[in-house]
Amino acid sequence: MQNPAIEYDYTVAKWFSYLAILFGILGMGIGVWIAFELAFPELNYVAGEYSLFSRLRPIHTNTVAFGFTLSGIFATWYYVGQRVLKVSMAESKFLMAVGKLHFWLYFLGALLAVGSLLVRYTTSKEYAQFEWPFDIVVVLVWVLWGISIFGLIGIRREKTLYISLWYYIATFLGVAMLYLFNNMEVPTYLITGMGDPLHSVSMYAGTNDAMVQWWYGHNAVAFVFTVPIIAMIYYYLPKESGQPVYSYKLSLLSFWGLMFVYLWAGGHHLIYSTVPDWMQTMGSVFSIILILPSWGSALNMLLTMKGEWGQLKENPLIKFMVLASTFYMLSTLEGPIQSIKSVNALAHFTDWIPGHVHDGTLGWVGFMIIAAIMHMAPRFYKREIYSKKLLEMQFWLQTTGIVLYFSSMWIAGITQGMMWRAVDQYGNLAYSFIDTVTVLHPYYTLRGIGGLFYFLGLFMWAYNFYKTMTASKAIEKEPQFASPMAA
Amino acid sequence: MFSWLEKNPFFFAVGVFVVIAFAGLIEIVPDFAQQSRPVVGAKPYSLLELAGRQVYIKDSCNACHSQLIRPFKSETDRYGMYSLNGEYAYDRPFLWGSKRTGPDLHRVGNYRTSDWHANHMWEPTSVVPGSIMPAYKHMFTNVTDLETAYAEALTVKKVFNVPYDKDIDGDGKVDVPLGSFEQAKQRAMQYALQVAQETKRQDLVDMVKQGKIPEIVALIAYLNRLK
Repeated sequence: MQNPAIEYDYTVAKWFSYLAILFGILGMGIGVWIAFELAFPELNYVAGEYSLFSRLRPIHTNTVAFGFTLSGIFATWYYVGQRVLKVSMAESKFLMAVGKLHFWLYFLGALLAVGSLLVRYTTSKEYAQFEWPFDIVVVLVWVLWGISIFGLIGIRREKTLYISLWYYIATFLGVAMLYLFNNMEVPTYLITGMGDPLHSVSMYAGTNDAMVQWWYGHNAVAFVFTVPIIAMIYYYLPKESGQPVYSYKLSLLSFWGLMFVYLWAGGHHLIYSTVPDWMQTMGSVFSIILILPSWGSALNMLLTMKGEWGQLKENPLIKFMVLASTFYMLSTLEGPIQSIKSVNALAHFTDWIPGHVHDGTLGWVGFMIIAAIMHMAPRFYKREIYSKKLLEMQFWLQTTGIVLYFSSMWIAGITQGMMWRAVDQYGNLAYSFIDTVTVLHPYYTLRGIGGLFYFLGLFMWAYNFYKTMTASKAIEKEPQFASPMAA
Repeated sequence: MFSWLEKNPFFFAVGVFVVIAFAGLIEIVPDFAQQSRPVVGAKPYSLLELAGRQVYIKDSCNACHSQLIRPFKSETDRYGMYSLNGEYAYDRPFLWGSKRTGPDLHRVGNYRTSDWHANHMWEPTSVVPGSIMPAYKHMFTNVTDLETAYAEALTVKKVFNVPYDKDIDGDGKVDVPLGSFEQAKQRAMQYALQVAQETKRQDLVDMVKQGKIPEIVALIAYLNRLK
């Protein structure tokens, strides 16, 4: 504490934390529901056409990716940014106003955009479904965030940018570039003066559209689910454990390596499609190379705990973060394996893919955001975390949920892939398509249960956070490292 | 160098941007023109088909169905000829999907009929026992938005030179006429009546005769076109 005089202002960080909890419950609640719809199709009709699987699935993905995760990213930015730059938001009325505007525009935009999906406005492009007016709102929100980042950097006291900031800056730039190019569309009303004003048509056709979409889609994963989450762990794990980051050189290698390699790998979504063969191969090869910078970051974090593994037993927040790193390693090994052409031939289009996505999002992204927000709670409210025991229970319940989720989806995906290609003794296809659907029922059920466990864990998190805010024991001064917790 | 960059945020950001933008330029740009060339014989969607395609998108059929047949024997046996790049030249957006919860649909027009689709969309398990696909009954009452479909057709004609009102195959006749909205609408109505009759559902025929095309009819016209 070299600068005890600085009083950081956490107003905006708090708001975004509430939103992360809210969107987490909403988005994952829908996720659990549609998971069970696949096992028990009658559930499709509970709210008429508004609860059909195909209607809800984009709402689930968008709410979780751009509601829960982005809120988590923004919440941590408005906390970490001030602290590593050694400057308080309270020092600049302008930046404070930008932060608040950022929050409100984001919140309103998110509600409107999700509502538009519910009433069938969609461009169909995955993770870029919003129609053009909502895209414009997204761009405005992003510009506000950029002003906040570079504004705060502009008035900083600490001259050297800490590792987390590299990743926040990269998130800002990466998403800006990807989102703009992938959402290039022509509003049909503006050209013809007819029809629905919200409708638009993509600037790219067919294979080109697919290439741009998966260059975007893959790297939305990079710059929403990976880069900013690494920003978080580089701050919160050393802070919570009181250990310095293991290696500066490793963090350099991982950062620049990740930046350079990640964008090439998008082609692995299009293996055996009609995009040029050389591009598919590039996607495949770069996916394998991507293991290097990914594991670099993860190992750097795990080695930060060297000699301090006792903390894993004592502190549930350390548990969350160490397991998050571990899931990050699992996920970044699994992805490259799926990118190998022969494996992809089997895995593509099957449930193994959602399985892969979810061990990354639930295990890595979800756990990191949960840990980050619980680390901030005692600093926000100058109170102890309400219950360590509840946090422990949440950890184990959610971990069990993730394991059920990905193991059932592994089995489902490989079963499906094998059955699609199985032939009888005469070389004819052995199964009709519906056989490959009905066989999945037990795995779909199991996946739903796994998701439900994780979802229940979110309520424990929300309750613990709320109690920390309102009813927990006050602490006199801000804890420096490990977060204080009541039993 | 790195420690200098870390003290100079502007140059740091420029550096990051260059490093991440690099891949997209090299991977996407070189083949762009070639990728958008249609195969011989490919034609743009008629108004009704385009309206059906919009219904397909509105209800996110692509969340569970792909439109991309990979070049494996197991796929060509099941779905037909593997997909070619130039077949997608008029697809804005592309609808390849990323998950086959249900089967691929890229050539579904070759092996399913209008009445099969109508029965299936009304009650999937009536034709595919064990199906987990839900029914889409609202498509049987919602009226197709032809105006928006026309706006889209006219937009792609004007902005991207999609060959509506042109002789594509060189036989001296216009292949896919669009014309004015009234003309296009009249043609769509005739086509819709034919599809509605093929479904063998009187309620659909009646609606079309009243000048309202149910969404399901447009959707079936689109699905029949996928060959």
